[in-house]
Amino acid sequence: METLKVTPLHESHLALGAKMSPFAGFDMPISYSGIVDEHMAVRGKAGVFDVSHMGEIEICGPGAEAFVNHIFTNDVCGMQPGVVLYGMMLYPDGGVVDDLLVYRLFTPEPSFFLVVNAANIEKDFDWMRANAGGFDITLRNRSEQWGQIALQGPESETVLADVLGIREGGQLRFYTFVQISWRGDPLILSRTGYTGEDGFELYSTPSSTQLLWKTLVDAGVKPCGLGCRDTLRFEAGMPLYGHELSESISPVMAGLSVFCKLDKPDFIGRQALAVQKANGTERRLVGIELEENAVPRAGYPVELADGTQVGVVTTGYHSLTLDKSLCFALVDSACSAIGTPLWVHIRRHSFRGSVVKKNFYKTNYKK
Amino acid sequence: MSTVKEGLLYSESHEWVRMDGDVAIIGVSDFAQSEMGDITYVDMPDEGDTLAQGEDFGALESVKASSELYSPVSGTVIACNAELEEAPQRINQDPYSAWIIKVEVTDKAQLSALMSAAAYAAKIGA
Repeated sequence: METLKVTPLHESHLALGAKMSPFAGFDMPISYSGIVDEHMAVRGKAGVFDVSHMGEIEICGPGAEAFVNHIFTNDVCGMQPGVVLYGMMLYPDGGVVDDLLVYRLFTPEPSFFLVVNAANIEKDFDWMRANAGGFDITLRNRSEQWGQIALQGPESETVLADVLGIREGGQLRFYTFVQISWRGDPLILSRTGYTGEDGFELYSTPSSTQLLWKTLVDAGVKPCGLGCRDTLRFEAGMPLYGHELSESISPVMAGLSVFCKLDKPDFIGRQALAVQKANGTERRLVGIELEENAVPRAGYPVELADGTQVGVVTTGYHSLTLDKSLCFALVDSACSAIGTPLWVHIRRHSFRGSVVKKNFYKTNYKK
Repeated sequence: MSTVKEGLLYSESHEWVRMDGDVAIIGVSDFAQSEMGDITYVDMPDEGDTLAQGEDFGALESVKASSELYSPVSGTVIACNAELEEAPQRINQDPYSAWIIKVEVTDKAQLSALMSAAAYAAKIGA
């Protein structure tokens, strides 16, 4: 068995008594005080996550903008420094290599900072290298050099200023960032997140990441694990690669076409997406709300009243904020209209529900 | 550290049994509830259902996962703890008083397959 990787904060997780579990090849904290407690802290006040397992890839050189546009679904033409874009990298058939954030850094010549899923770092970097022919660029996998924490929740801006002494947060709108220095080390301060709340993601050196984390936790900011990271992103209607996006689930099927700019210069997978948008897809990702409290889980069958299977659950929870049993499911497009009655088979019984919008929780971002 | 209550019988799958005449009162151990974390829903059988020893009769749902429940004895379900429908967290708070089902046992000899508190404590390293 391959040994698990650890983040710069691993010792702190153990000292805090976190429940640890392997995730994407890393030994990661699932929870500290409990998923419910941590989830509610982020919705109500603030919490801090170690997300140092995420991958960071830097792309610079005269061809950087053209290259990123070639591999990325969103449009980076003329993108200003300080802006963040969400989108995907696709295979030619429209399947997803990964979903990621693209940062246009504050450099005279366009250079980009790409944040990818931990489980996909090697695959993504290989994919970029394989498609870099003809572009005058330098590609660097810098995942080991960057640590990352996410400070999330309505009090994040106040905590950032009062606890860390970082005043630049107030000037940032959602999906923008600044590059500053914090106690002598470079810091990327980004108003982004994966919770549906206002918040920041802070990329820095491993040693600064340790100091930022310790300062926040010592000041009483609640440490939060991957358990509530998943419940939070789920309520906010955000996809998780491997569940709602994958090699066989395209952004059109997942309802994420808004992040795919078909009118920009050609990119890998564009043709396939154009066909999918024009003709529709056999399956679509939907939200389902059940009438009872039984909990739908990934892999459970989705059925019609007569028991015919029409889909499968991709993620499901009893929502902590909304107190409802909810799931995302990939279903036949004929059953995807809002209000369509659908049943989820849970152990011995089928439970009735209906199709609802996927953004279950109303997000609270800084406009 | 998990507690193991004296005077109960325990299954390999972490259910406890307290006998009251011919009726087995069944719940889950402190070890099981602490492994699960916050329990948000208890999936229980219907009264009148017949269960075979080792058969699944429901599940505990935590935020993160489902964990099936297995009947430590064969028999007929005569009661389900309705309190758990509204307050599933009672299992986290007091696993040895928050019973889940009561089963009228058909064959008391099956009880010999269950563990004493001491044997169960040794199994979980309590």
